[in-house]
Order: sequence, then C-alpha cells, then structure tokens
Amino acid sequence: MSAPTIAPSPALDGKVRGKKPRFQLTPYSLLVPATVVLLIIVGWPLIQLFVISFQEFGRPQVFGAPAPFVGFKNYLKVLTDPSFWNVMVRSILFCLVNVAVTMVGGTLVAILMTKLNKFFRVLMSTGLLLAWAMPALTATIVWGWIFDTSYGVVNYIFTHVFGLDYQGHSWLINPLSFFLVATIIVVWGAIPFVAFTVYAGLTQIPDEILEAAQLDGARGTQRFRLITLPYLRSIFLVVTILQVIWDLRVFTQIYALQGIGGIRDQTSTLGVYIYQTALSSGNFGMGGAIAVITVFFMMAISLYYVRQSLKEEQL
Amino acid sequence: MTAATVARPTGTADAQPTIRRRNSRAKRRAVSILLSAISVLVFIGSVFPVYWMVQTSFQPNNEIIGAEVNFWPKNFTFKNYGTVLLESDRAQFLPALGNSLMVTLLTVVVSLLFAFLAALAVTRFRFRSRRAFIITILIIQMIPGEAMIVSIYRVLDGWALLNTIIGLTLVYCASVLPFTIWTLRGFVNGVPVDLEEAGMIDGLSRAGAFWRITFPLLAPGLVATGVFGFIQAWNEFLLALVVMARPEMMTLPVWLRTFQVANGTTNWAAIMAGSTLMSIPVIVFFLLIQGRMTQGLVSGAVKG
Repeated sequence: MSAPTIAPSPALDGKVRGKKPRFQLTPYSLLVPATVVLLIIVGWPLIQLFVISFQEFGRPQVFGAPAPFVGFKNYLKVLTDPSFWNVMVRSILFCLVNVAVTMVGGTLVAILMTKLNKFFRVLMSTGLLLAWAMPALTATIVWGWIFDTSYGVVNYIFTHVFGLDYQGHSWLINPLSFFLVATIIVVWGAIPFVAFTVYAGLTQIPDEILEAAQLDGARGTQRFRLITLPYLRSIFLVVTILQVIWDLRVFTQIYALQGIGGIRDQTSTLGVYIYQTALSSGNFGMGGAIAVITVFFMMAISLYYVRQSLKEEQL
Repeated sequence: MTAATVARPTGTADAQPTIRRRNSRAKRRAVSILLSAISVLVFIGSVFPVYWMVQTSFQPNNEIIGAEVNFWPKNFTFKNYGTVLLESDRAQFLPALGNSLMVTLLTVVVSLLFAFLAALAVTRFRFRSRRAFIITILIIQMIPGEAMIVSIYRVLDGWALLNTIIGLTLVYCASVLPFTIWTLRGFVNGVPVDLEEAGMIDGLSRAGAFWRITFPLLAPGLVATGVFGFIQAWNEFLLALVVMARPEMMTLPVWLRTFQVANGTTNWAAIMAGSTLMSIPVIVFFLLIQGRMTQGLVSGAVKG
C-alpha cells in the first residue's frame, strides 16, 4: 500500500493549517466550474430520478402529459415482478463468477510476470496491453464473430481439429453458453488491469523480507500466504471492489452480444434491464424505480471502498 | 518453487552432491521453460481477437463466409475499408469520426481544466466544506451511469442538448471529473508547497509561483488523467447511444453498432474493418503512453 500512494506533504499541512481560518473567495471560485457540471449532469438528474420513480411516467408524459404521483406503486411493481429478481440474481451471479475468475487469473498472471525473464515479460505485457486497450464494444463484436454460428473460428476448430460436431452450433441462443461467452469477453478485458496493478504491488515487496523468510525455511506457498498476501491486502481489496462495481454494471458487452444473437429476456443484467424498461419500453417510472434500487445497492457495496479511501488519506 | 527444492533437507546430500545439483538445475530449467511457454499462451490469448479482427478486415467478405476458415488473408483486399468509409448508407463513418474526435478532445480539455482547478482548491487551500466536497466526489464516482440514463436523457432534453456535441461533452465531463479530481489531487499533493514559497520569496506572485514551478511538475498526472478521459470518451457507448440518436450526430461506437444491425445479412468483413478503424487509434495511443498510464491507474486504483 504505502509505496504507490503519494505521501501528503507534511510541510504543506503544517503551513496551511497554521494560518488563521478566514473566508477566502479563491478556493470556492476554483470549485465553481466542476461543481456546476456535476450539479447539472449528476445532481439534478439524481433528484429527477427519485421524483420519477414515484410517478406514473410513460410515453404520454414524455410528450407533456401531467405525471401523477403514485407513491410506492412503481417500487411495489418492480419488487413483486419475478423478472426483476431473475435479473438481479443473474447480475449478482455473473458478477461473482467474473470477479473471481478475473482476480485469480490476474493474480496468477502478475506472479508469472515476476518469474519471467525480460523478453517473455515484455512479450506478455504487450499482449495484455493490447487486450486492455481494445474498446469494449469492438471487443464484443470481434468475440461475437469468433463465436459466430456459421463462420466462427471456434466452431471451425472444434469441428475440424477436435472432430466434434460443432457445425452451425449457436453459442448465444442458450443462456448458459451466452454467459460463458460474455464471461470470456469481460475477463479477457479485465485481467490486464488486475495483472498490472497486482504486479506493481508485488514489486513493492522488499526482497530482503522474502529472503529472510526463505532462510527461515518458509516454502513458496507459505511465503505467498504469510508475506505477499498481507502486503497486497489493500490493493486486493480496492481492485476487487472496483471489479465488483464494474461487473455489476456491465452493459456494453451484454447489450452488444444480445444484438448479435441472444434472447433478451433470459440474458439481461441490471444495466440492460434498466435500459429496456425505461428507454425501449418507455416505462420511465418503473425504470426509475429499478435505477434507484440499483444506486442504493451499489452504494452499499462501495461504502467500504469510500471509507477505505478516506482512511488512507488524511483529508 | 525452485527455491523450495533447493532448501529441502537432503538426506544423502553428501553422497552425490554433483548429481543432485545437476538435477535441481535441470528442474529449474524445466520450470522456467514451462513458465515461458505459459506466458506465450497468455500472449496469444490476449492478442488473438485483435489479430482476428485485423486479418478478417483484409479478406473479401465472400471468402470469410465460405466453408474454410482462413487464418491469414488469401486474397488481401482493402475493399472492406472502402465499403465502410464510402458506401454505408445508414450513417457515415467520417461524420461519426468527426463527432467522436470533437467530443473526446473537448471532454479531455474541459475535464482536465475543471478538475485541475478543483484539485488546486482542495489541496492548496483550507476552507469550510472542503472535506464535504471530497467525500461527495468519492460518492458520485459510485453512482452507476446506467441508472442515470433516464433522467440524464430528460434533463438534456429539457435543455435542448440532445444530439449536440455540447450535451454529450457535458455528460462525459461529469462522468470523468470525479476520478480526475481525485487523482490530480494526489499529484498536486506530491509537489511540496515549499518550492512555491521559495519562488514567492524570489518575487513571484502566488499564482505565478504555482504556474512557473508546480504546474510543470504535474505533467505526468495531467497525462495520466487525460488519457483516462480520452479512453472513457472514445469508447463510451451507452450514454452516446441515448444522447446522440440522430444519424448525423452519432459517435463511432454508436455508428459501429448501427452498422452491425443495418445489414440484414451481416457483412462481417466490413464490420471488422470498422472495428479496426475504431480500435487502432486507442491501441496506438495506449501503447505510446502505457508506462505513465499504468502508473497513473495504479495510484488511482489504490487511492480511489
């Protein structure tokens, strides 16, 4: 943890804190531009979102019809709708699997990086960077092409190299294999970030400590468990929480894969579900209610992250 | 792994030390070859989709939908790029490229400027509600944009900002700003205020001291956060889909998507050409700047 964090300058803290607090115009005027943008695009829509979620708000209201308040009706409708719970469970499961695979895979790749000689390390890092840089949408489309029913290379290899009958096999029609493909896309895109971050953390561990442990007779796995893991604890926590948030929010990959050929009702995750309910079906009230529930859900998960960030920096 | 082998107490070590040493060296060598082989597999796995995209884009469409799958273009062609650039009837590539460039550049410039000012305020000044501002920034970062699409749509609609460059730029700025402010804050904190004070003793004004002394030292931070903004804005899909629905206002991701839907029989070769056109700028940019990018992201990830 210690190393990547930029230490707050003690000189600064002392100096400025020593001054008598008085009202200054400068800091506030410096904050104005950012605050205005955030108020317009985040603050005001957030209030709107809450209001809409308590209103009957459909297509007529978009074109100016009055929107009557209906209390908790939207929320009740959402919470008693089995398809919402299906989406919720699906999103959480998808998120858990993806986070687990990404974290384990990324950590293994990071450890591998420390054990390679320079040539292979640079080779692998370059490959990972390419995957990282690829936009999610194009990545999804390309993977969709790779898994294409009629002309995809995966079916070709399964059929011609392994001699299995995958001619014309559709990967996206079955929800389970749809999510297998989605998982491959998400994990493929996310491993580089985890690998590079964990690798950066691994290189911060002083060699002396590992050597000392080795002299004391600690074996490889013991050293990893007793020294490396505690050192990387906070990096792991933060990266895991970021992954949880990103995978829970996954939109582009699912939406684009559905476009290539999945059954929407059986494959939607939270983000896609909000989009469909609100913008495709025009039920903004219900979409708003789902969105508010999602916001609270995400906030609860990330509260820990916020607290951790605050603890590390003396503000 | 290898170390454990060496450290293990050796029962008959004295009897055949040379053989044992040779054994362990051979074993170490085998392990290192194995690890190198795995790293090559990881490389191939990472690069394959990128390779597949590019190589498909250079094949004639009627060949990629044959019974054979070519792992290398047999008849190399630029025709797909011609199709993408000139013939697409739904939405044009070049206007979409223009929109994407405009929105991305504006987002980077505006968000960097605004975030820089805000970071300055929270690092170089102590004032009331400073802490509250920082906490708000952190919390905003957690609000999923997916949940906000409905109301952002309506707010922009109300201000007649739908299908405008300014509208989308505003949205992207708002989504990039919290991260940018938070990260830049760390970088400004890293420059000791003593340097500025020394400059002020030498006769510079406070602003002058900051501009002449601290600002140049912030270059890596500005680059890292700028890259973050660039990639976010260039790749973002959902908000662009909602805000820029009119064909002539589409950005590249939305364009790519309509292109995929438009043709009844999917023209995969052309889609791959479009995907390549969209990805190459980011990939090149990313490779050029990767050292700083990794650094910036690491410190960003660790500190929030």
